Amino acid sequence: MGVFQKKKLKSTSLKPSEAGIGEAIAKGNAVTKLSLIVFGLGNILNKQIGRGLVFLAAEIVYFYYMISFGFGAIGNFITLGTKEQGQTYNEALGIYEYTAGDNSMLFLLYGVITIILTLAAIGLACMSAKSAYCTQFRKEKGMHIPTFKDDILSVREENLHTAMLSLPILGIIIFTIVPLVFMILIAFTSYDHEHQPPGNLFGWVGLDNFKAMLGQGSKLAATFWPVLQWTLIWAVVATFSCFILGLILALLINRKGTRFKGFWRFMFVLSVAVPQFVSLLSMRTIFNANGPVNVILRQLGIIGMTESVPFFTDPTLAKITIICINLWIGIPFTMLSTTGILQNIPADLYEAARIDGASAPVIFRKITLPYIVFVMTPNLITSFTGNINNFNVIFLLSGGGPDTLDYYYAGKTDLLVTWLYRLTITQKDYNLGAVIGILVFIILATLSLLTYRHTGSYKDEGAFQ
Amino acid sequence: MKAKRFVTNTLCHILLAILSIIWVLPIFYVILTSFRAEGGSYKSYIWPRGFTLDNYLNLFRPTSQIDFFRWFTNTFVIAVISTIIAAFFVLSVSYCMSRLRFKMRKPFMNIALILGMFPGFMSMIAVYYILKGLGFLETGTLKQVALILVYSGGAGLGFYMAKGFFDTIPKTIDEAAYIDGATKWQTFIHVTIPMSKPIITYTLITTFMGPWVDYIFAKVIMGNDTKYYTIAIGLWTMLEKEYVEYFYTQFYAGCVLISIPIAILFLITQRCYVEGLSGAVKG
Repeated sequence: MGVFQKKKLKSTSLKPSEAGIGEAIAKGNAVTKLSLIVFGLGNILNKQIGRGLVFLAAEIVYFYYMISFGFGAIGNFITLGTKEQGQTYNEALGIYEYTAGDNSMLFLLYGVITIILTLAAIGLACMSAKSAYCTQFRKEKGMHIPTFKDDILSVREENLHTAMLSLPILGIIIFTIVPLVFMILIAFTSYDHEHQPPGNLFGWVGLDNFKAMLGQGSKLAATFWPVLQWTLIWAVVATFSCFILGLILALLINRKGTRFKGFWRFMFVLSVAVPQFVSLLSMRTIFNANGPVNVILRQLGIIGMTESVPFFTDPTLAKITIICINLWIGIPFTMLSTTGILQNIPADLYEAARIDGASAPVIFRKITLPYIVFVMTPNLITSFTGNINNFNVIFLLSGGGPDTLDYYYAGKTDLLVTWLYRLTITQKDYNLGAVIGILVFIILATLSLLTYRHTGSYKDEGAFQ
Repeated sequence: MKAKRFVTNTLCHILLAILSIIWVLPIFYVILTSFRAEGGSYKSYIWPRGFTLDNYLNLFRPTSQIDFFRWFTNTFVIAVISTIIAAFFVLSVSYCMSRLRFKMRKPFMNIALILGMFPGFMSMIAVYYILKGLGFLETGTLKQVALILVYSGGAGLGFYMAKGFFDTIPKTIDEAAYIDGATKWQTFIHVTIPMSKPIITYTLITTFMGPWVDYIFAKVIMGNDTKYYTIAIGLWTMLEKEYVEYFYTQFYAGCVLISIPIAILFLITQRCYVEGLSGAVKG
């Protein structure tokens, strides 16, 4: 019984509700077109009071917001504030008093929020017109017009996605999209340490920050290019060294002749199981100027009793140290994931090869390696992008140091992300931080576009369904 | 031939032994130092002169700057609440993306992909100001709520793994449920969820571990409110220049204490991760 009911409901609701906004306006009658301006009109006139009133209420709330606050916010968003904080002499008290000026930062934030609300209102207008068209269509065809109760019940069935997605999407908008839009806009302003609201105003500067960052001659550019270079070197070296050595380790453990496989695996997994910041902070103390490594070297007589190897204070050595410590962290990860893959290689492939008389190196080169590379490629790409953004390793180990005066508030081992962190949190040059964020995004996006979309799981996700 | 194989096998085992010593030594050093009786930070020798349990016991005797037990409870509460919210978000988004077909599906997936390419720290400052604007940074408790929101709010974007898992559940199972008269919601609750234990465990544990290891966001939001710190900021504070002389050995004790539960959780996740990758229906 349930089946038939559902089938009937689907066939009536599917077609008109899938109409695009263009079709709704082109084929809709006057009421439908008016629904674009007065939300829910078409629904109310066709006895869908509940649905219509919800639309109308949303519109009223939006316009109330816009009139009481929104239009002003848009105006402020364009100027980013004109009135600077001033001082006036209060003769009665005999002191200078601050008069509140405009807060550019809040203006920008409110502007972003208003714009997003306006986009939502436009979306709502389209929904209203489509809903009105849908009702009109059904009325003309003499079909059942869903009541408000039907609407509410539909979230269990054809509108389940609205119910399940609304909260997560709200979270994403508030905690990801609004902040991101805000920061992207900041890249085009002069919001640096000299223009801190509420004391000072900042304004729109167009592409000036990008020019300063990418152009020649300025100290910023002299920092950006070397940091970018080290970021890329780091990402390539860290990704491939961990991958290759981890693969070798996995092969070593999975060899036929190796005994106590579980024990060896456990020894290496142990270091992965320790929380990363614990192992990184411990590593930092271990390689400290007075840490145990230097103590051992002193006791072995390799260096003098008061000397210490500058693991984190010499630019070149710091880079090498960080890459080595990263090996300690990364190799077991690769070992774990490749072990699973190695065990999944179909055994008949090996058998066939052996019957054909292939030697062990040939089998490895022709079967094992291609198989692993094929399966691990998406993994390699994610770990490469992960390494470009590898904040923890650099920040917790060297903090970006050793610092240098040649750079604009960056150290010799700073990656773009750690430099971004320094610029925003310590230096308060928010606009420069935002520029770096956008540049990192561009690098990652190009990389991913080139590779990610070609992977099988993206192309045919339904292969196993 | 046999002799040659014996030599290679021995060489492999020796190599493995050396490597595993390298991998275990730092962990061993951490455990060793956590029992060291002598205070102070760096010593000119490795092996402690005396052993004690005081480093562990002192962690539970709160002082004005260091209150390990409180930090532990703070982190635990934050982790549990944000895990519940985040897991709900992740599972509903990934189920929608995998099972339901609607117009905004592909655009949403592409937007999620694009958003994931911006460095997370970029928006940190903006999130900070939004939370401040909403009045979440007034008191310590509100800051904790803010931290929960930060950890769980954007969680819906991390749906790829769970979606991949749901993709492997054959559609015919869903269709069988529809024929029996189940709505899509009922199918999700009574059919899909019970089949997805590995991926649910995986999602739960990874989100649960987040607050234990996050340093940056917690520090930005908490500022100097020592009372409301989470474990990660607390341990970091112990290594700051003014404290390191007093708390060096306690820092290691704290590390050992929180590593044990996390390591156990990790080993559980590891199994679920492998099962999650291999899909719901075994061939």
